[in-house]
Amino acid sequence: MIEIKHVNKWYSPSFQVLKDCTTSVTKGEVVVVCGPSGSGKSTLIKCVNALEPFQGGEIILDGVKVNDPKTDLPKLRSRVGMVFQHFELFPHLRIVDNLCLAQEKVLGRKHDEAQAKGMKLLERVGLKEHARKFPAELSGGQQQRVAIARALAMDPIAMLFDEPTSALDPEMISEVLDVMVDLAREGMTMMVVTHEMGFANKVADRVIFMDRGEIVEDAKKTDFFGGTPRSDRAQKFLSKILQH
Amino acid sequence: MNYNWNWHIFLEPNPMGTGTYLDMLLAGLVLTIKTALLAWVLALIFGSVIGVLRTLPSRTAYWIGFCWVEFFRNMPLLVQLFLWFFVLPELLPRGAGLWLKQLPNAPYWTAAIGIGFFMSARVAVQLQAGIGSLPRGQKNAATALGLTTVQSYRYILLPMAFRIILPPLTSEFLNTIKNTAVAITIGLIELTGQARSMQEFSFQVFEAFTAATVLYLLVNFIVVTGMRFLERYVAIPGYISGK
Repeated sequence: MIEIKHVNKWYSPSFQVLKDCTTSVTKGEVVVVCGPSGSGKSTLIKCVNALEPFQGGEIILDGVKVNDPKTDLPKLRSRVGMVFQHFELFPHLRIVDNLCLAQEKVLGRKHDEAQAKGMKLLERVGLKEHARKFPAELSGGQQQRVAIARALAMDPIAMLFDEPTSALDPEMISEVLDVMVDLAREGMTMMVVTHEMGFANKVADRVIFMDRGEIVEDAKKTDFFGGTPRSDRAQKFLSKILQH
Repeated sequence: MNYNWNWHIFLEPNPMGTGTYLDMLLAGLVLTIKTALLAWVLALIFGSVIGVLRTLPSRTAYWIGFCWVEFFRNMPLLVQLFLWFFVLPELLPRGAGLWLKQLPNAPYWTAAIGIGFFMSARVAVQLQAGIGSLPRGQKNAATALGLTTVQSYRYILLPMAFRIILPPLTSEFLNTIKNTAVAITIGLIELTGQARSMQEFSFQVFEAFTAATVLYLLVNFIVVTGMRFLERYVAIPGYISGK
């Protein structure tokens, strides 16, 4: 589904953010990407739907090469859902309209159809009664659930999560993770950048550990948590975030 | 001071035979409003396009925006009007220059376009700042949903940016109205121009300019009030100043 091959990215000639990253996510697989700040994990996930350009290597999404100038990027992006750390709901649109906009403007759905789909998804994330509100009237956890619903409204073939719970208060994290766990169990292909090791342990198939732009570990969940991770860096990182 | 106050002057007939002195001033006011409105529409259209260009990743777009803004905001408005009105017809090929000079209402069109372009530079910079003040993730979110750049601006970035810059835009609208007074120098007999004619005909300088002042204040008060309503109308519940 997602193939990442030898991806290199430089912010400037002297600063390389991604170094020869190679991995893949197969259909229905849930892959968690973790690592310290600045390790390039957010950048990598943003390369998958070409929100960030990269200079070397290639990424192939469902058979379509992302870094091919001939690729219709808006069309490709519309098939991949993305959830951001800061939710990024559109503040001037009501919740239901946040879900309808891209359905209508990108997929060309009729308003009634888009709205019905939106309401169904809002019900699914438990926010149906908030449909007529504006984003600023919702809590962070609620906003993030709306953001997930907004991405799902496009019927994506895969979902990308960029630290979806990092900006949330602790008591709101679980409501978002619950939605993600359900999604994973339904067989959605997911690539998730997160520090939530509990989530990784529960639903991930594989865990990727990144450090300084490199993929240091790329292991089955059981190997990553159960066995000993192969690198010192991963062990140190895990010991720090699992300590408390 | 030896001055004969005469507040009844406004009701006396003006020497041009177009009614009273008050009618003269009101005709000037109408021309001021017409000039300001056309200039403001032009400023909004060109300012929006240029402001957007200055936020695009393309170097070319940025440079077009940069040149436009620096050209129109770094020259005094008075000089710009002189350039459009006196110099441009001479620079054009003879035929076109002649056509321009003989254009009916030339001062009106020149003033509206000149002031419009001058103000567009200011609108552009504010819109650029407004777009720049939005979280970067907004553009990313729109892009990730599959919206094209044009759609992202149309449906996401511009509706928010214009809301944010609405208060300073009010000031720019007021400036546009006030700047029309400069057009007196290219022969546009708008409100200030009419006040001056009235002074020359009647020697009632204080009355004439008091009336002009009151009329300017009145128009600007209407604009400020209208913009307040607009601000309240488009405010987003729960967001910044929105209540």
